[in-house]
Amino acid sequence: MQQIFNFIIRNSNRLLFLLLLGISLTLTIQSHSYHRSKIISSANFLSGGVYERINRIDEYLNLRAENEELVLENARLKSLLFNKEDTTKLPLPDTIKGVKPADIIVSKVIHNTYSTHENFLTLNSGSNEGVKPDMGVINSLGIVGVIDNTSPRYSTVVSILNMKSQINAKLKKSNHFGSLTWDGKSTGFVQLKDVPRLASVRKGDTIVTGGQSVIFPEGINIGTVETVYKEEQTSFYVIKVKLFNDMTNLGHVYIIKSKDREELINLEKKEKDE
Amino acid sequence: MNSALLVNIFRFIMLLAIQIVIFNNMNFLGYISPFPYILYIILYPVNSNKSGLIISSFLLGLTMDMFCNSGGIHATSCVILAYYRPYIFKFSFGLSYEYQTIKLNESLTPERFSFILVSVLLHHIILFVLEAFQFKFIWDILLRTLFSSIFTIITSIIIIYLIKPNKR
Repeated sequence: MQQIFNFIIRNSNRLLFLLLLGISLTLTIQSHSYHRSKIISSANFLSGGVYERINRIDEYLNLRAENEELVLENARLKSLLFNKEDTTKLPLPDTIKGVKPADIIVSKVIHNTYSTHENFLTLNSGSNEGVKPDMGVINSLGIVGVIDNTSPRYSTVVSILNMKSQINAKLKKSNHFGSLTWDGKSTGFVQLKDVPRLASVRKGDTIVTGGQSVIFPEGINIGTVETVYKEEQTSFYVIKVKLFNDMTNLGHVYIIKSKDREELINLEKKEKDE
Repeated sequence: MNSALLVNIFRFIMLLAIQIVIFNNMNFLGYISPFPYILYIILYPVNSNKSGLIISSFLLGLTMDMFCNSGGIHATSCVILAYYRPYIFKFSFGLSYEYQTIKLNESLTPERFSFILVSVLLHHIILFVLEAFQFKFIWDILLRTLFSSIFTIITSIIIIYLIKPNKR
């Protein structure tokens, strides 16, 4: 017994080191699996509050770009309102791509990372406003990411520039779909994988979100086709997509509450149980 | 004794604040950012409590992880750097380092520079390996380690020279 105590006292530093190393490595490994640990994220009171304060100052530097984006979006919405091609198919004046305003939470990006392989954003609205994990986040140009963690006042978003993110997407003109991933290299481009070889793809074609996902409504802009190449083993197409969004410069975003989501998930669960 | 503790706490908070407010937003060429917050571990007094250093480094790294949304990568690399600091001291200053009172924030000799260099390299390589977590990014990891280390060392030396007048 005496010897055990002596051993512990003599090696106290080493044991302390190994304990803390174990804890931090566990946290690291957890963070690399898709369902991340809920403890260490920037959606908490301390870091969320600090980022919000920094962002208040930072905002002034981007006022011009933010304004331009709003003007463009205004113009687009007005053109929807006044230039209806088909009067029988009335687009409701207050919809964005078929999403009713009641289903949208307007939020602001208070912290943005894009330099690592797994990037996250922090938003200044949380569960108090009704934000829940796995909701989609878009802005006026295209998709941004998917909600990951929430706290009462803040939430974190898995950016589309995150190697763990997988989003269902399709070609706008032909409905051939694939999954949207990121290879961790350039912030302006993402990869659309597993596109069938039957699809005719040309440079400049638009890629939009697909209908298979319950996170995003169908038809939200993502980007345009830059290059197409064949994957050797699977003989599917891999498409390099140039994003409409500048992911390094994000201001206000919209969080999409999908009402059908729970219904769909319940239905699929029932299907599996039977 | 007490004033040393206060200086350490002050350094801990100040370096974290500078790192989060300024240096985390620096992205040279999109992916190179300096991490001068590890100066806390480098400048920790030589003969002070070692378990104190390991625990405070863990907290330092954990706070960084919280702000960077990065799981535990900063905590891991900080704890490893804190634990192996005496060995790096031995490597840079020779065996007799324990009997001298080395103060890193004095003029920059080759020994002091090599100490900072080895510490920064050790921290950054662990950080970027854990961040990528895949061996197909080995060149990416080495490139990031190299460039980020250069920037960290430059900013660290500038910070050391900036805070020097206060110490006198």
